[in-house]
Amino acid sequence: MSKHHVTTTVNGEPVEFLCETRQTLLDVLRDELELTGSKEGCSSGDCGACSVMLDGRLVCSCLVMGVETEGRTVDTIEGMADGDQLHPLQQKFLEHAALQCGICTPGFLIAARALLERNNNPTETEVRYWLAGNLCRCTGYDKIVRAVMDTASEMRGV
Amino acid sequence: MTAEKKEYRWIGKRVVRPDGVEKVTGRAQFSADFNMPGQIVGKVLRSPHAHALIKSIDTSKATALPGVKAIVIGSDFPELPDEWFGAGRVENNFSLLSQNVIARTKVLYEGHAIGAVAATTSEIADEALSLIKVDYEILPHVIDVEDAIKPDAPLLFEDMITRNVTPPPTKPSNIAKIAEFHLGDIEKGFAEADVIVEREFTTKAVHQGYIEPHACIASCSADGQATIWSSSQGHFQVRAWVAKIVGMAMSKINVMPAEIGGGFGGKLIPYLEPVAVALSRKSGRAVKIVMTREEVFRASGPTSGSHMRVKMGAKKDGTIIAVDGEFMFQAGAFPGSPVVGAAMCAFAQYTIPNVKSVGIDVVTNRPKVAAYRAPGAPISAFATESIIDELAQKLGVNPLEMRIKNGVRQGDKAFFGPTFGAIAFVETLEALRDHPNNKIALGANQGRGFASGYWFNGGGESTATVNINGDGTASVIEGNPDIGGSRASMALMTAEVLGIEYGQVKAIVGDTASIGFNHVTGGSRVTFATGMAVVRAAEDAVREMRERAAMIWDISPDAVDWVDGYARPAGPNAGNFEPLSLKQIAGISAKTGGPITGHCSLNAEAPAPGLASMMVDVEVDTETGHVTVLRATLAQDVGRAIHPSYVEGQMQGGVAQGIGWALNEEYIYDKNGRLENPGFLDYRIPVCSDLPMLDTVMIECPHPGHPFGVKGVGEVPIVPPMAAVANAIQNAIGVRMTSLPMSPPKIVAALELKKA
Repeated sequence: MSKHHVTTTVNGEPVEFLCETRQTLLDVLRDELELTGSKEGCSSGDCGACSVMLDGRLVCSCLVMGVETEGRTVDTIEGMADGDQLHPLQQKFLEHAALQCGICTPGFLIAARALLERNNNPTETEVRYWLAGNLCRCTGYDKIVRAVMDTASEMRGV
Repeated sequence: MTAEKKEYRWIGKRVVRPDGVEKVTGRAQFSADFNMPGQIVGKVLRSPHAHALIKSIDTSKATALPGVKAIVIGSDFPELPDEWFGAGRVENNFSLLSQNVIARTKVLYEGHAIGAVAATTSEIADEALSLIKVDYEILPHVIDVEDAIKPDAPLLFEDMITRNVTPPPTKPSNIAKIAEFHLGDIEKGFAEADVIVEREFTTKAVHQGYIEPHACIASCSADGQATIWSSSQGHFQVRAWVAKIVGMAMSKINVMPAEIGGGFGGKLIPYLEPVAVALSRKSGRAVKIVMTREEVFRASGPTSGSHMRVKMGAKKDGTIIAVDGEFMFQAGAFPGSPVVGAAMCAFAQYTIPNVKSVGIDVVTNRPKVAAYRAPGAPISAFATESIIDELAQKLGVNPLEMRIKNGVRQGDKAFFGPTFGAIAFVETLEALRDHPNNKIALGANQGRGFASGYWFNGGGESTATVNINGDGTASVIEGNPDIGGSRASMALMTAEVLGIEYGQVKAIVGDTASIGFNHVTGGSRVTFATGMAVVRAAEDAVREMRERAAMIWDISPDAVDWVDGYARPAGPNAGNFEPLSLKQIAGISAKTGGPITGHCSLNAEAPAPGLASMMVDVEVDTETGHVTVLRATLAQDVGRAIHPSYVEGQMQGGVAQGIGWALNEEYIYDKNGRLENPGFLDYRIPVCSDLPMLDTVMIECPHPGHPFGVKGVGEVPIVPPMAAVANAIQNAIGVRMTSLPMSPPKIVAALELKKA
């Protein structure tokens, strides 16, 4: 079967790719576009390691088909920093040691940014429920939650 | 809560880890992120049956499928001698390891690998797997230890005679090994006891649950050399095992350590690497294999489920006088559960004069168990720390005070032999007693529980090299995959010894061909043992730099001191010279003898053990049986925290895994011996909204056997949580839970039983 030609925007840049019907957005990002920052932990939408933004909405890229991204915009971890300027969340994750092995970190950062763009003053409970779709087995989440809360404070200028 | 300490420049600083930016920007390369030119896709054929004879395997149709480049089955791998090697608690057997990597004549669990294909695309590989015809003769299976030890139980190994028993049994059984430990006279001890409690406990198999599935690429060339990229907890171990299982010389194999996405013990055993090498050798192409999450659950990991009986006696004043424990663990399909360690750790944090502790290793038709964070100790601690709580209750003694009374102190002897050195176990209990969280009043259906834990910690072989660069910076190379920030610790220790900025040290994990042997990233050994090698290597570089300065000044090296990154004359008698900086010495090294490096290879003996105590508050919903963890506090003897944030992280991570083990996690099998919950939806690890902040108390009691006082910290945090949660539930609703997980249906059933 012939491949589909898809035109989309990834991290602000126009991108064209060919993909098979069965390929997920995660497959496309990793295997066709060499954007391996989005991780595959389960391929069933349970772990959140493949979290990306699709038209500004937080999704598991393993649950979106590659062909569905035609004409849409995708934002991944590779587009989070502005050149050599880390996003405040990235900086706070480093300062708070909010990662150990680091495999879940891209997904958490994407999900946390989506939260702070909607709510820059979340309670601890709001942070915990927003991030409940992202699994981390190393940290027990404590330092992740603190990093997100601290970023929110800084973004509010308090 | 930190002890008085020497002033350090870098040790104890919460710096940003050297690999941090790569990991927050998505650039870090984990094993599945690598790709090779001409790479093809490998997939593994796995048994759908829990126990079956392989009568024949027909690969002809699969081989004929266009795009299939190689197929391997068990007979493509050499048979290895059935011999045990290594010390009792961590012994191993290459024949059995090889049979776990790929079955020969029999499959022993659902998910057991029986063959593998390499093809040009994933779809072709899938189709090829479906074209391999395997003729099975299905055998009766056995899943739980209680059934496996019955006289008429189906045998996994027809000829397996229980080891370590004198005289050996005459009949084969599923009991692989029995280990016994004795101290004093338990009969006499129980006779002196005022109160005795005896109970049985069960726990379920749980998975390490690392988020990164196993993955590797193997690339073999026509001259018989192999390069492997994989994420493991020890690429030297991968090299050694691939060499054995595939039949190659170690010098022909180079294993590159990818970043590792969690392991917790589960990535100590190679599963895919030997298969990928065999496929690559046959196809002449680089072969990449990535497990699915389902494969991870069905074919890797878990730790043992168990059946345990513990009897403990104490005097009126709370002195524990005798204990008798029997621990029966699932080994999975091959001998080697962590039951020996479990039997040793069970009572190690207490001085008890009369001890009998028996560990029984039982094979069952489940995946071969892998190490999981303090292997075995959390399981036996669930039993013993629950019993101590009950004894305290019966005696009307405060459970913390009872633990303090019986807790091990420096100079005490563990029942299995060694004498405790500088430890701060009692201090962990006192820290909880005095903690603000212990003053918080509890409401209805809320309870507070305590428990403690012991873990051996590991030492072992490590190698490190420190290279001084011409511009006055340095690199440190060692060989342990960085699973949770160890590069930061290595760079901190190097900077401290050299007397330069932390940011001027580059920390690298070398591949198996570029650095000397390093044992695995496991056993909480890395910051202790490899850290010691790093310190000695940095000191070796300092010695060299003092010699270079001495040469420049034409004085004896003994007359040169190294202070804060400068060579200085040791005193007025040494001469009057301007100090030379590391940078100055490095800059002219070509004129003084060439590049400056330091090396160390060592076998770090006498690690200090891990000791920790936990306090947890829970609230039980008596209608649904749901348990909410309100507060959790872990106090631990951490030796010296080189990077305190990552020490806290180990403590918090272990506590979180322990809470999952206590409340949610379990392998569930159907009647055909098939795993029913091989995914994160049904095998539910704690998510962010399940947990509160996890409070930590680091008690620094430096280890005299390490230059900076390091003790292993990674494992012991998972030992106390299950018993602590059970004790808190008991405190909340008056029900003693003896079976993990303490899931809502079990809580509801226990409450109903209590009412009735």
